[in-house]
Amino acid sequence: MFGKLSLAAIPWNQPIPLITSAVIIVLLAAILTLVTYKGWWPYLWREWLTSTDHKRIGVMYVVLALVMLIRGFSDAIMMRSQLAVAAGSAAGYLPPEHYDQIFSAHGTIMIFFVAMTFVIGLMNFAVPLQLGVRDVAFPVLNSVSFWLTAAGVLLVNVSLVIGEFARTGWLVYPPLSEIAYSPGVGVDYYLWSLQISGLGTLLAGINFTTTILKLRAPGMSYSRMPIFCWTALASNLLIVAAFPILTATFAMLLLDRYLGFHFFTNEAGGNPMMYINLIWAWGHPEVYILILPAFGVFSEVIATFSGKPLFGHRSMVIATMAICMLSFMVWLHHFFTMGAGANVNAFFGIMTMIIAVPTGVKVFNWLFTLYWGEVRFTSPVYWSLGFMVTFVIGGMTGVLLAIPPADFVLHNSLFLVAHFHNVIIGGVVFGAMAGYTYWFPKAFGFTLDERLGKAAFWCWFIGFYLAFMPLYVLGLMGATRRMQHYSDTSWQPLMLVAFAGAIVILAGMSFTIAQLIYSIKTRERRRDTTGDPWNGRTLEWSTASPPPPWNFTVLPQVSGIDEFWRMKHAGKKLTSGAAPPPSIHVPRSSSLGFLTAFCAVIFGFAAIWHIWWLAILGLVGAIALTLNHSWQLDTEVQVSAKEIAEFETRRKVKPG
Amino acid sequence: MSAIAEEIPLSERGPAPTRIVVSFGFWLFLLSDIVIFSALFAAYAVLAQRTAGGPTGAQIFDLKHVFLETCCLLVSSFTCGLCVLAMERRSHTMIYVWAAVTFVLGVSFISLELSEFIGMFSRGINPARSAFLSAFFGLVGTHGIHVTAGLCWLAVMMGQIATLGLRPKVAQRLVCFSLFWHALDLVWIGVFTIVYLGART
Amino acid sequence: MKSNGTAQQAEDAPGEHDADPASNLQSYVIGFGFAIVLTLASFGAAVTHWVWAPGLPVLLAVLAIAQMGVHLVFFLHVSSSPDSVNTVLALAFGIFVVGLVVFGSMIIMANLNDYMMPMQQLMQMQR
Repeated sequence: MFGKLSLAAIPWNQPIPLITSAVIIVLLAAILTLVTYKGWWPYLWREWLTSTDHKRIGVMYVVLALVMLIRGFSDAIMMRSQLAVAAGSAAGYLPPEHYDQIFSAHGTIMIFFVAMTFVIGLMNFAVPLQLGVRDVAFPVLNSVSFWLTAAGVLLVNVSLVIGEFARTGWLVYPPLSEIAYSPGVGVDYYLWSLQISGLGTLLAGINFTTTILKLRAPGMSYSRMPIFCWTALASNLLIVAAFPILTATFAMLLLDRYLGFHFFTNEAGGNPMMYINLIWAWGHPEVYILILPAFGVFSEVIATFSGKPLFGHRSMVIATMAICMLSFMVWLHHFFTMGAGANVNAFFGIMTMIIAVPTGVKVFNWLFTLYWGEVRFTSPVYWSLGFMVTFVIGGMTGVLLAIPPADFVLHNSLFLVAHFHNVIIGGVVFGAMAGYTYWFPKAFGFTLDERLGKAAFWCWFIGFYLAFMPLYVLGLMGATRRMQHYSDTSWQPLMLVAFAGAIVILAGMSFTIAQLIYSIKTRERRRDTTGDPWNGRTLEWSTASPPPPWNFTVLPQVSGIDEFWRMKHAGKKLTSGAAPPPSIHVPRSSSLGFLTAFCAVIFGFAAIWHIWWLAILGLVGAIALTLNHSWQLDTEVQVSAKEIAEFETRRKVKPG
Repeated sequence: MSAIAEEIPLSERGPAPTRIVVSFGFWLFLLSDIVIFSALFAAYAVLAQRTAGGPTGAQIFDLKHVFLETCCLLVSSFTCGLCVLAMERRSHTMIYVWAAVTFVLGVSFISLELSEFIGMFSRGINPARSAFLSAFFGLVGTHGIHVTAGLCWLAVMMGQIATLGLRPKVAQRLVCFSLFWHALDLVWIGVFTIVYLGART
Repeated sequence: MKSNGTAQQAEDAPGEHDADPASNLQSYVIGFGFAIVLTLASFGAAVTHWVWAPGLPVLLAVLAIAQMGVHLVFFLHVSSSPDSVNTVLALAFGIFVVGLVVFGSMIIMANLNDYMMPMQQLMQMQR
């Protein structure tokens, strides 16, 4: 009746997960009670949970990312503290079976549920506004994508309370992840959670590629498109092309685990190396999916705060699309040591070095944009400068690792761990924070407090170097990744420094939370009444802060790059005096996303625990909801001319 | 205004009409589906020789059966095209006729494939036997699941045409269905060549 | 949108036809005809001995690619017109990725296989 599920699934004899689960449940219950008591449910349901507005969905993605950042980071603190003490004969406080789940959860959550969701959230919010259109190509699908991602998040977090997580690392390599060696539910939690959220991501990729290629303001040819939209295009093309590989590979592993197939097993001719090959054919494009939008954010931020157009716009675009293509041609560098011959290794090593070239082009373009500009040192610029230094170092260690003989020494050492954190934190996290600060006033109508933002930056920056530079040294000294304990006590001082760095990063995150709370409390001081708090260059700054649901009353007519900047300085209005339309259609909100994701969670949980009747119920529910939606005819809401006029009037008479 | 008409380039005409947006989005989805199949094809190519002492492809594949399946699917692809043409002519009767023919041919394909699989299972030829068989059943089975889903979609489309009429939304969906159906036939070309005929080489 | 009597090029949605129904029907019939011929040729080559055996895989590959092309052009209406550039570019990117995944994997896995110790020796090392 309940498959493998029983009360024994709750970690009664493991204090840390047990107490953490209890705390989370109490917190959740408190929040839900508060919301019910205050009567916020109708508002939340109408305005957020069923919203098909890309701006709302973007905000929800970013909120999800920030919440999961806390979860992922607490895993990191646990790992760092364990390694700070577990030297020589000391065992630390985390048993190996638990430690293995922690590093697996850390990687999974940080990549899939922090980095991906943050980046998709920023693209969601900014791309339609920058393109000068009202919404994405498929607004209801956008909501479905978000909620499927949230479903994946929920399933991973449920594994903390009921059952266990994978103990295999964040990519669940077979044969360890096969049913023979991981008979528990941990790997299943991982696989189903990521299949569900992966579907959401793929649909988002299709949505955004279609939006950027087919929905732009009149006059906005490709060469007049903002650079963030170009990087978003490249990133989403990669999502469409790479995520299906992930889906297929996980499906094959699921078939092995559930139906006794032999794709990747040790027996009956299976080939575990094929899994590693396929998963990295996805995995390498994945990191470019993460970094390209961050590059786009930096381009926007640096150009805006230098008061100059981006240097070398065309070469930036070419470099972006070159990275898009090349990212599919380097994946073997993740498994140089798996046993390919020198020729094959050399090919991929050289391709990896080649892909550093367009990235270098970008760095020089940013530098030349800053050069001779009137640079305003706001916190987004701090994040950008911090990125340039940090990412270049990380990139250089990457080129070092691209040399197969060097990689033979350093593969799976702490050197590798330091490298990828270097580029992901220096690149993706710093970019996310820059984008978050940069677009916050557009989303909410007031800027974030600058001092707390800069404090957060310095803590992240210093904390990062303290936490990860020792890992480079440790890697060269022979320390491997994923180790719960080490016998060489001469490593301990460096581990302690790394732990100190993690604490400084924790301070940085605290400053970010404090910044948000303080900024909300004192928001009237930093109201954005013009819609253009940064003297911006691109079209999103021409709208009110926050923009109305329909974004632009009249779609802008674009005649050049940085159209908003041109119009400001030509003293002209964006729309050349065109009359406002008699009414505007906006997509109706829809419960399809939320309810389908609910069914997906039911399906996923049931599949994990082998509760077959419940799994079928979940699947049937999702299909029924989709069919029901497809019969809806009334998918748009009309905004009347009166409402539009009232909005425009309110905007003009705002004080300030 | 100049006497010569200046053609505004496609990229500068503003947001494209819905039918183009929907079709292009669906085209991207099809490409992503093809990438899923490519991963399965890659797995098949790598694992095809790993029979673990069990049967090989040449021993278990019945090419007459496969030829019949291929004909069913190819003809159904043609009749699907005829169905879309009937839709453009707004000829309701012929839409239902060609859709029914497509449906019957699709069901025939699935029945033939199921009978092939059941026959194999009864002889102990199942995916748990070897990596080659896992890859075979994985690839061909996934194609079969797609075809089945397509048949369900076709049935739903007939229901929508009957209840909602041929409004633009419904017509777009039928066009998307035809793209999907043609793409499945395209993938089948790869399957019968690489898997079934390939086993003969 | 302006025009001084000259019609502007309309954009093609993937799978879209010209306005002329006769040429559309023609497109399907011709495509169907080609596909039948190519299918018969493939099966024929594989079951009979008309073709020199070592050349058979290449022939089958060529026939398969040709038939996929027939499907793309005659059924899916992918054309080289300037209005379907996005569609063609997306298709090209898709083919690029598919090629890399399939052929890249085959080359890499074959290479790994060549360098892998034979299973017998590996098992002996386990003892």
